[in-house]
Amino acid sequence: MQAAEQKVIKVKQISKFFGDFQALNNVSIEVGLGERVVVCGPSGSGKSTLIRCINQLEVHDGGVIEIDGTTLDGSRNSLRAIHANVGMVFQQFNLFPHLSVLDNLTLGPVRSGKVTQSEARDLAMNYLERVRIPEQAEKFPAQLSGGQQQRVAIARSLCMEPKIMLFDEPTSALDPEMINEVLDVMVELAESGMTMVCVTHEMGFARRVADTMVFMDYGQIVEKSDTDKFFRNPESDRCQEFLQQILPH
Amino acid sequence: MNKLILVVVAVLLLGGCSDDWGWYVVDPTTKQGITNLKFLASGLYYTVLLSVTAIVISVITGLLVALPGLSSNRYLRGFNRVYVEVVRAVPILVMILWVYYGLPQLLGLSMTVFWAGVIALALSDSAFEAEIFRAGIQSIDKGQYEASHTIALNYVDTMRFIILPQAIRRILPALGNQLVYMLKMSSLVSVIGMQELTRKANELVVTEYRPLEIYTVLLLEYLVLILIVSAGVRKLERKLKTNQRES
Ligand SMILES: Nc1ncnc2c1ncn2[C@@H]1O[C@H](COP(=O)(O)OP(=O)(O)O)[C@@H](O)[C@H]1O
Ligand SMILES: [Mg+2]
Repeated sequence: MQAAEQKVIKVKQISKFFGDFQALNNVSIEVGLGERVVVCGPSGSGKSTLIRCINQLEVHDGGVIEIDGTTLDGSRNSLRAIHANVGMVFQQFNLFPHLSVLDNLTLGPVRSGKVTQSEARDLAMNYLERVRIPEQAEKFPAQLSGGQQQRVAIARSLCMEPKIMLFDEPTSALDPEMINEVLDVMVELAESGMTMVCVTHEMGFARRVADTMVFMDYGQIVEKSDTDKFFRNPESDRCQEFLQQILPH
Repeated sequence: MNKLILVVVAVLLLGGCSDDWGWYVVDPTTKQGITNLKFLASGLYYTVLLSVTAIVISVITGLLVALPGLSSNRYLRGFNRVYVEVVRAVPILVMILWVYYGLPQLLGLSMTVFWAGVIALALSDSAFEAEIFRAGIQSIDKGQYEASHTIALNYVDTMRFIILPQAIRRILPALGNQLVYMLKMSSLVSVIGMQELTRKANELVVTEYRPLEIYTVLLLEYLVLILIVSAGVRKLERKLKTNQRES
């Protein structure tokens, strides 16, 4: 619990507009080092926007975000804080189709000057082992299954050795039979102590790894509580309704 | 290549059955014919050198003009629009005359025919290259930029390693097209005295006065050249495709 005292993500009362539409309305959340947060909520509730603001793929309009003590203000310094601390996995994988799996993994570490090409190779092979596809290193993304591609995407992020991993519905684009191979990798990552913020509707996964559950609706955090409590008796009606809809009866 | 053979056969047949043709000027069995043919072919060097130099400069310029066109800064986008619209509106022949006769006066320097030709052709073509690059880069999914951001690539690296390699594969047919276009447009540089294929033909016509035969040979020279270039471009496309194995 003492690890969770150190907040590596602080989101204070942020708002985000797309034109006139308010996608985030006064959202606040803090995430401690090593904490696992699962975010759920109906489509369009602002889940993606929230985690995209955390690594500044979207720039928030109001409020403050701090990553590992650095305020995100668009400066070089804050960009460095994101690059050094935050990895992200997308629903659509977003692998680089013209590069081999190995090159997908080594490009970031090599170009950021952290390691030499051969060190990057070792690093990449190490993470490919962890996501259990070292034998695919020389292949191109299009030659892999969806589940394998998503595991490559996870390994690509891990090669940057981030403190925090963001996941935006990592299994939503996968065929059902491939969901578990990706979730297994994520469970292992959680067990290794990684700080994680996952947008997902895989409630089995959430029960297993989440310390904290967050329910969003209409651009706001409606409910945030410990995982046990969240599933045993959610406070708000909207959250109860939502859980009833997505949980198996 | 089949097409080419067909055309050659057709022309020779036509020539064989018409009294108006005087093939002796380019008859490879006579000494004079060979001298004339060599003279005509000697323009090839400058046609190719001029076109290739111009296309290289034009592709680089086009890319440098395309990138600000994709910026979120509206002044940069404005620069792109003005460049493309203005350059695209100038006829190539006018551009050649202006660069050769006008530009040196403006800059107070002298310019060789070759470099005037290269600059004029490259300038004219760069507006089209810029539009091709812009479309190619815009066709790349925005997830590729986002993934680049998450592995800490800066703008230059993102372009160099992620966006451009994919964009160039997609626009290769269009770039090949521009090269063909450039080879043809280089004939216009003959008007300022560049010793390329068309100029050579013009000069021979003046001494031999057999325009029909000489210009027919000229036409065939361009045809052969361009069919070879097209085949090369297509081969390159195939090679890149198999390298990528993109679905
Ligand atoms: N780039 C954008 N431009 C305009 N509207 C957007 C953009 N991104 C998201 N939105 C809108 O913001 C709302 C929240 O989107 P999002 O965060 O993606 O929701 P979720 O991930 O919870 O499904 C949606 O109504 C969506 O249409
Ligand atoms: Mg979403």
